[in-house]
Amino acid sequence: MAASQHMSRRSFVGLMGLTASALAVSGCSGSAVAQVSSGSSGSDDASAAADGVDGVFGDTIKVGILHSLSGTMSISETSVRDAEVLAINEINEAGGVLGKKVVAVIEDGASSNATFSEKATKLLDSDGVACVFGCWTSASRKAVLPVFESKNGLLWYPVQYEGMESSKNIFYVGAAPNQQIVPAVDYLAEHYGPRIFLMGSDYVFPRTANSVIKAQAAAKGYEIVGETYTPMGHTDYATIINKIRAAKPDFVFNTLNGDSNVSFFKQLKDSGISCDDVMTCSVSVAEEEVKGIGASYCEGHLVSWNYYQSTDTEANQKFVAAYKAAYGETRVTDDPIEAGYDAVYLWKAAVEAAGSTNVDKVRAAAGGITFEAPEGTMTIDGENQHMYKPVRIGRVNADGLIDEVWSTGDPVKPDPYLKSYDWAAGLSS
Amino acid sequence: MTKKKSYTWVVAAVVFVVLAVLPFVLPMFRVSLIAKYMCFAIVALGLDMIWGYTGIMSLGHGVYFGLGAYVMAMYLKLEASGGGLPDFMTWSGFDSLPFWWVPFGNAGFAFAMVVVVPVLVAVVIGLLTFLNRIRGVYFTILSQALAMILSVLLIGCQQYTGGSNGLTDFDTLLGFSLDASSTKLALYYATLAVLIALFCLCTFLVGRRVGKILIAIRDSENRVRFTGYNTAFFKVFVYALSAAIAGIAGALYVSQVGIITPSDVAVSPSIEMIIWVAIGGKGTLAGPILGALLVNGVKTFASESFPDLWSYGLGLVCVLVILFLPGGLMSIKDVPARFRAWRQAKSGGAVPTPELGEEGGQA
Repeated sequence: MAASQHMSRRSFVGLMGLTASALAVSGCSGSAVAQVSSGSSGSDDASAAADGVDGVFGDTIKVGILHSLSGTMSISETSVRDAEVLAINEINEAGGVLGKKVVAVIEDGASSNATFSEKATKLLDSDGVACVFGCWTSASRKAVLPVFESKNGLLWYPVQYEGMESSKNIFYVGAAPNQQIVPAVDYLAEHYGPRIFLMGSDYVFPRTANSVIKAQAAAKGYEIVGETYTPMGHTDYATIINKIRAAKPDFVFNTLNGDSNVSFFKQLKDSGISCDDVMTCSVSVAEEEVKGIGASYCEGHLVSWNYYQSTDTEANQKFVAAYKAAYGETRVTDDPIEAGYDAVYLWKAAVEAAGSTNVDKVRAAAGGITFEAPEGTMTIDGENQHMYKPVRIGRVNADGLIDEVWSTGDPVKPDPYLKSYDWAAGLSS
Repeated sequence: MTKKKSYTWVVAAVVFVVLAVLPFVLPMFRVSLIAKYMCFAIVALGLDMIWGYTGIMSLGHGVYFGLGAYVMAMYLKLEASGGGLPDFMTWSGFDSLPFWWVPFGNAGFAFAMVVVVPVLVAVVIGLLTFLNRIRGVYFTILSQALAMILSVLLIGCQQYTGGSNGLTDFDTLLGFSLDASSTKLALYYATLAVLIALFCLCTFLVGRRVGKILIAIRDSENRVRFTGYNTAFFKVFVYALSAAIAGIAGALYVSQVGIITPSDVAVSPSIEMIIWVAIGGKGTLAGPILGALLVNGVKTFASESFPDLWSYGLGLVCVLVILFLPGGLMSIKDVPARFRAWRQAKSGGAVPTPELGEEGGQA
């Protein structure tokens, strides 16, 4: 009893002290209560605004990098982070942006959508960054979208995706469906035949991509002979390979993501099916993934992207050399890595055109901005904030790199809602 | 009042006062983060009731957290769509709202469902398992499968649930903008109030006869049954109670974090919930609250400071706590006694074993 009283008394004194000190500082600006009582809105954090406006802090400009550095997505996203850091370092060596040094605040999205949303809030509110380069999965982009919209931030998104989105707070540096999926299906139908088997991981990108392909097939007279989805991380494809064998498609359109590709391609080869028997076209398998699968398993199969490490431009030779010099000879570059690198340069060009890092001014100045990217001349479409990009169909070679077999040559105008296709009228509204 | 009881109350009181004071010193972004941790603390409280007090280890409480969160998110999504179709349904080719979505546009109905849906699911699962005397590790495996099933179901029914993107992009709650600082602060204190109220409720329950029976079930279920109690019903009751608590936490979570996805309710978040309880100290009620707040706080701090390495550090902390503080953080006060005992044992003196840990829960 005595001990208990003693403890209560001591903690009581502690509590009083805490309360007193809290009340003493309750007037401190920047605290949540002070913010509410002063009536300022939630979008502008007082502490960030006091230090720097639009991400400018003295001689530096703060930008955020938000990718998964842990969890299942880290294997893909750390490479993009590396490319973005490389671009920032190059820019700083060449004198920075508007004469100021660019400083990156790097955050880990941890392959969790809620964490992405939390870290995006932190970058915009606490760090007061000028813009953020980040995200990979559609789910993580959807998770941070409301954060960027409500705080009027700016996100540069480096990955191809399913379209049907155009936020004024996001610049989409990866391909829209009409710059990857639609031309790939047309190419394969023309060269291999019209019977298509759709296979994908069970999440938003494959399902939306396949509903696009189904509408396209209906309009063009292609036949969908099978459609199947497997959970993320699924590893047993024996049943599906039997289904494919039975359906006798002219080609398989593969939207599997991540590890599943490793199992699929290995089991496909083990069951004696080569690309001469059934051609596949993948849209989530790039050089980095080929490395993980093993070139011998997917050699000869097709992929569709806007960029390959082998893309023959002067800018690409420089980019590949710089990337390997910074991170090692064994590293490869691929489409999302290149897009991450381009995003930083596109932002720089837009900021210099605007003469400011202010989000509204950068957005206003961004339309028509061009950059000599490794994939070719990239132009920002001011209307939907996507990029003009060339479409390239490639074939995996024995070295694990990808050789271009067909391309549109000129960059294709982005059309995220597929408005220029009559058959896609029912897909968006 | 016993010493143990008052110790719990002191820890809880200190935690609650600190939580109440924090918005006066921290910027809004941090306050919102702590509100999120409080939601986790509420889940941990419910888990402690079934694991710490009744000895049922559920590795699937993400399910109940998720059900509460999704129910709330449906309401928020409908409010944000302003009478129209939620965006993901448009992409899936729907012309009109599925009939079972319609009532969730009503705030009262949705708020009630936050508790009703988890409780219904828990009662059904509980009756099926506990009446059939499925317990111990078998129940644990079953509960984990449940978490897996829910997340696969949510992803598979993309047209109804938003698939792996989950539900996000909300606007208002009861007409108040979720983005406004005043709403955020109000939700923060509402969450704190719920946390305190549920802590008091749980403390009240474990002090009553029902609490004693729960502890007795944990320590020797057969004996309780032989004394004439139908233990299954007590277990269903406490399982449903913890499901309701998790559902409420989920609803508060989604209102403040602004997103719920299948991966937030799947297996690994469910396991994390158990870790909060273990690190805080199970069977103490205050411990799990402290555990959830501290583990998540450290997680945020570590991931901001060392974005590449933080997960290793956090793993190490967990291992250290489990190795050296088997009773969780609430047993820190026993460390000097344990150290003395260890010293005396080493010097060969015969000592009576000191009373250790919080395994016994209530005295």
